[in-house]
Order: sequence, then C-alpha cells, then structure tokens
Amino acid sequence: MSTESRTATISAAQQAPATRRRQRLSEGARAERRLGWLLCAPAVIVMIAVTAYPIAYAVYLSLERYNLELPNAVKFVGLSNYGAVLSSPYWWHALAVTLIITIFSVAIELVLGMLLALLMHRTLFGRNTVRTSALIPYGIVTVAAAYSWQFAWTPSTGYLSALFGNGAPLSHTGQAIGVIILAEVWKTTPFMALLLLAGLSLVPEDLQRAAKVDGATAWQRFTRITLPLMKPAILVALLFRTLDAFRIFDNIYILTKGGNNTGSVSILGYDNLFSALNLGIGSAISILIFICVAIIAVVFIKGFGTAAPGTDTGRR
Amino acid sequence: MRAGSDRVRQRIAVLAGAAIAASGMAACGTGGGGSGPVTLTYYIYPDTSGATNQAVATCTKQSHHRYTISYQQLPTSADGQRQQLVRRLAAHDNTIDIMGLDVTWEAEFAQAGWILPWTGANKEQATRDTLKPMLDTATWKGKLYAVPDNTNTQLLWYRSDLVKTPPRTWTEMINDSIRLARQGKPHLIEIQGAQYEGATVWFNTMLASAGGSVLTPDASHPTLGKPAVTALKIMKRLATSVAADPSLDVQQENDNRLAMEAGTAAFELNYPFVYPSMKADNAKMFKVFKWAPYPAVTLGQPAHVTIGGIDIAVSSYSLHPKLAFQAALCLRDRANQLRGAIVGGVPPTIISLYSDPKLFPNYPFHADILKELENASVRPKTPLYQVVSINISHLVSPPASIRPASTEKKMVSQINDALQSKGLIP
Repeated sequence: MSTESRTATISAAQQAPATRRRQRLSEGARAERRLGWLLCAPAVIVMIAVTAYPIAYAVYLSLERYNLELPNAVKFVGLSNYGAVLSSPYWWHALAVTLIITIFSVAIELVLGMLLALLMHRTLFGRNTVRTSALIPYGIVTVAAAYSWQFAWTPSTGYLSALFGNGAPLSHTGQAIGVIILAEVWKTTPFMALLLLAGLSLVPEDLQRAAKVDGATAWQRFTRITLPLMKPAILVALLFRTLDAFRIFDNIYILTKGGNNTGSVSILGYDNLFSALNLGIGSAISILIFICVAIIAVVFIKGFGTAAPGTDTGRR
Repeated sequence: MRAGSDRVRQRIAVLAGAAIAASGMAACGTGGGGSGPVTLTYYIYPDTSGATNQAVATCTKQSHHRYTISYQQLPTSADGQRQQLVRRLAAHDNTIDIMGLDVTWEAEFAQAGWILPWTGANKEQATRDTLKPMLDTATWKGKLYAVPDNTNTQLLWYRSDLVKTPPRTWTEMINDSIRLARQGKPHLIEIQGAQYEGATVWFNTMLASAGGSVLTPDASHPTLGKPAVTALKIMKRLATSVAADPSLDVQQENDNRLAMEAGTAAFELNYPFVYPSMKADNAKMFKVFKWAPYPAVTLGQPAHVTIGGIDIAVSSYSLHPKLAFQAALCLRDRANQLRGAIVGGVPPTIISLYSDPKLFPNYPFHADILKELENASVRPKTPLYQVVSINISHLVSPPASIRPASTEKKMVSQINDALQSKGLIP
C-alpha cells in the first residue's frame, strides 16, 4: 500500500514537470505548431486523396466478388479472392517470371552500371558529354524503345532476328524472357550507373593513393576500399532498381503482351482487371503486388541497412 | 520583364477562354439544341477499305438533316476495341451513340445494361431477311440487343492438283494428308493453333459439329462432356500427326494463308479473305485453289462452323436513342451491306443478298458460304465470355499437349470458376 502510494507520488512528481513543460511549450508554440499543420494540410490532403484513398479502395474491392459486367451481382466475399489468386498456378508462374526478370536484370545492370560508372568517373575530357550520352537510352520512352526491340526481333523485318538465323525469339518462352531482360538492361543501366557514380565520388582520393603506396593492387583497392565505402550508394541503387524491375509492365506489354507464359505479375493484374473486368480478383492481385514490393523494401532497409530515401542513417 | 510576363499571362487567359468557348460550342453540337442536325457518334473497328466512310456519308445524306453520323475508329485489335468501349460505358459516357460490336460481346454489354434492346418496328426491320445465327449472337435472355451488320465463317480450301475430291470429314482429311506425305507431296493442314481466340473458334466448331456445346442454354453451367472429348481427340490427332504444320502452336489466320500460298500445304481451314489474296499472290496456284464445305466430325452430319462478324448496337447512355436506332438500321441496310461485301470484303447478313448477281464475281463461293452460315454455331453466350474463351484457348493450345479426358475435366472446372467470377485468367 505504502509502496504503491510512493510510486504513485513519484510518478506524479515525474509527470508534473513533463506536463508543465508540455503546457509551457503549448503556450509558446501552439500557434506556431498549428500554423505548421495548416501549412502541411494541403499536402497531406492531396497525399490522402491520391494515394491513401485509392489503396484503401483497392483493399475494399479485393474483398468483393465484383465483375464490371455484372453490376447487380456484387457481393462481399472476405478473403476468398486472395485464396483464388494464391491457389492459382497462373499467379505463381507470373511471380516466378517476375522474379527471374528482376534478379537477372538487376544483377546485370549492377555489373554493367558499375563498369560504366568507373569509366565516367575516370574520364578526363568531355566528362559532361560522356555522362549525357550514356543517359540517352534512359531518356527514350520505354514504349517506343520496346517497339523498336520488337521490330528488331521480328523475323523478316528485324535486323537482330536476321542476325540470328531469322529466328522468332519472341514466340519462345525462354528466349522471349531473355529479350525482355535485354531490353530492361539496355534501358536502365545508365540510371544505375548514375546512382553508382554519385557513390563513387564519395570515395576519398587520398585513401586510394595511400593504399596504392602501401602496395595494394587495383583489384584490392576496388574490393577493399571502393566497394565498402560505396555500399550505401549501391544498396540504394539496388533498392530502386529492384522495386522498378519487380513492377515491370511496359516492356512485356509491347514485346509479348504476356503471351507464351511471359507475363509478369503486373501483366496478370492488368489482364484480370481490364480484360476480364474482374475488379475483385484484379484488386487482390494488385494488393499482393503491393505487399511483395513492401517486403522487398523492408528487406533492403531493415535487412541490408539500406538508407531509406530521406533519412540520414546511411551516411557515415 | 514584368510587363512581358503579364502579357504572356494575359495571352494564356485569352487562349484558355477560347478553349472553353470552343468546348462549349462542341457540347452544343453534340447536344443538338433546337436547330441543325444532331451528331451521332459511331464507334467501330478501323475500316481502311472506305466502305464504312461511304456508308456513314450515305446515311447522313439520307437522314435529310435530322442527324450527322460521325465515324470514330476504335483500336485495331478486338481486345483494344472492347477495352475502350467497356471503360467508357462503365463510366456512363454519353458521347457514344452507336457501336459496332464483335459477336462475342453482346451478352456482356446487355447484361451490364450498356446497350438498349430493340423493339417494335425497329426490331421487325432488323430481323427481316437476316441470318438466324447472327440474330442469335445479338440476343440475350430472349431480347434482341443489336442488329447484325456483317458476318464471316470458315470454309475448307484445298488444292485440286493434290486431292481430286475434297474430304468430307476430319478423319478423311487427316488420312489424305498422311497419304500425300507418304508420296512426298505437299500435305500440311493449315489451321489456327496459336493460344488466342482462333483456337477457341476451332474448338467451338469441333464441339458443335460433334453435337455438343460449351454452356447450358441459360449459361449457368458448362456442358462439354462426351462431344468435347471427341472434339479434343480429333484436334490432338491432327497435332500429333504429319498433317500438322511444324509451327501450328503459333499460327493464326494470316500465317495459314502464307503457308498455303508458299506451297507447303494441301488443306486450309480459313476465312474467304484467302481467296482474293491467292489470286493476287500466286496466280498459278490460284487455278487449283478450290473450296468445299468445312469437314464434318461425323459423316453425314454437316459441320457447325463458328460464326463471326459485327453487330450494331445503340448505347444506353446515348442522348438520341431514337435517331441512333434509325441510323443503325441505315448503316446495315441492303445497299451498305452490298458495298461492304464488295469493297470491304465482309460477307453480308441479309440472306437475299447472297442471290444478288452483283455479289457473285467477288464471292464465287456464295452458295456454299450461305449454306454454312445458316448452319453455323455460336460461341458460348455469357457476360463472362472473355474469361471463358481465354480459359478454353489456353487448354486447347498448344494442341499437341491436349489429353482429351483430363483436358475436358479441367475445362469444366475452370469454366465453373469463371462463371462465378472466381478464377483468374492467365
């Protein structure tokens, strides 16, 4: 009883100054804080309107049996759309295709991007010209670039197809996925290179020179000094590209339309939403893609310690 | 500097004002106030032959200033056409008045309440002298929702230098092909085996010819069963025999045409567009390029070939439905259908046109195709046709991977799921 009351007094005593402080703060800064919120409000409202509301609506739709052509048969079905998607071989196949494209394209982009970044970093003359010209593929509209790849790989009209014995790689599953990865790599390697170049310029030149004096080889300097110091930049670059690659849509849509089992999860979602007009199943697929993307982001940020954009923890 | 930016701002304001005024005027135009003809928008596939443009101009003229039809081209692909219409109709877009619908969309559009039923004198005029299977495609739950414009179906095309009498059944045709292969002659059978709507059409033709159907008449359950197994057995037999084209799995109508013209094939199941094409591309082979009725599944029971074509419908959100019905009837009238058949190459849906001598030079096969059209089968009528069709085409293509009994079972279960909006489409 006594101890209880004592703790009560102590906590009350502890609380008192805190409350007082809060009050004092509010007296001084409440108006300012309110002003701050008021100034933020338009942005918050816009964000809620354009992101939170659509996401919440998609979650709601994913819990309904809802076909656009059967407006009178709308029914709440709980999680059964998720059950249908997760038990369908089409979902798992699309997920496998997406993961293959993601892993291969990001890995190749990382290696090529690093080479390109080193090249741009070491270029002594015409540095701006080199950097700008390397960015050209990234500046071309994806759909336009995808069409040119499609024509290039079409037998009897395309130069690439002619180069490989007039083959039709877009009509074979494996080869078509290869072409899709190639188109992705061609397009986004410059972006990767630019992100890595930013990291490369953070590596102090004296450190390199000191290691050189100590007798470290070029390879040792690259693996022991450059890479560790660039780790935050590499992880951010990988995070961006993995998230992008996982959501791949336009290249596949133009090159194969997802035919011959080359569809990604985004293509699957699109077909179920816009061809089948099945808002329930389509929304469930969208939400599952959203969850996958969230998992990738969490793994990168928590697992590998990638600095989330906007935080300072990654910079050392 | 300051004055300059003010001037720019002023100019922008003037431009914006002009734009608003212009859009207001446009709204008046479609809104059709008291005076001047009403503008009716007509959304249909892009017709490069000019036949649709002429039909639109003629009907506008014939309306005596009551309406002006404005021809709006939909995307080239059927999927693209449907997606645009569906997206806009679901949003109750009132700027679409008349639409050209593929024969497989009517149930969907009607069930959703996007198109108006035809009644009274309009209906009577629409059904008079019109092909029955085409009217069937435009009918949903006993009501007529569209009026048939043009139609199409497949015939058997063969080379008379290789086979003297055309085969009457699939068994005979595959046997002929095997015999020709043994003699080292061109022997392939050209058909649409790629994973797309064409494969569904092939399966539907085989199933209907075997006496079956995909769905029960009320479209609530799959039927399939024994006739489906028979149909799948024949498709598999073709795909696993020497009669199959090596690229059967990716072939569509145009690939079949090219293979036939290149001289590797003896038979081709395809639409009549192959006939003028052969005439233009290979004059020598054209002399031995003949047609016959589509081969039957059972001897003595003619095949029921899947019908295709376009029906014209009036949007439920049209602001001028009365005029739109009249315009639709005009667009598919005798003169316009005849022009469509001759200039545009699309067979008419008015029966008596098939005995019009003006049609004969372009359609030497007019009698055979009419017989086939009157006996044609219709693809499963359901609002969920897209899903049903995609499921079918993925199960029957590649045709060599068909396992008749288990493929039929899978099809039943997938269509069941599709009808309850439960399944995914690949």
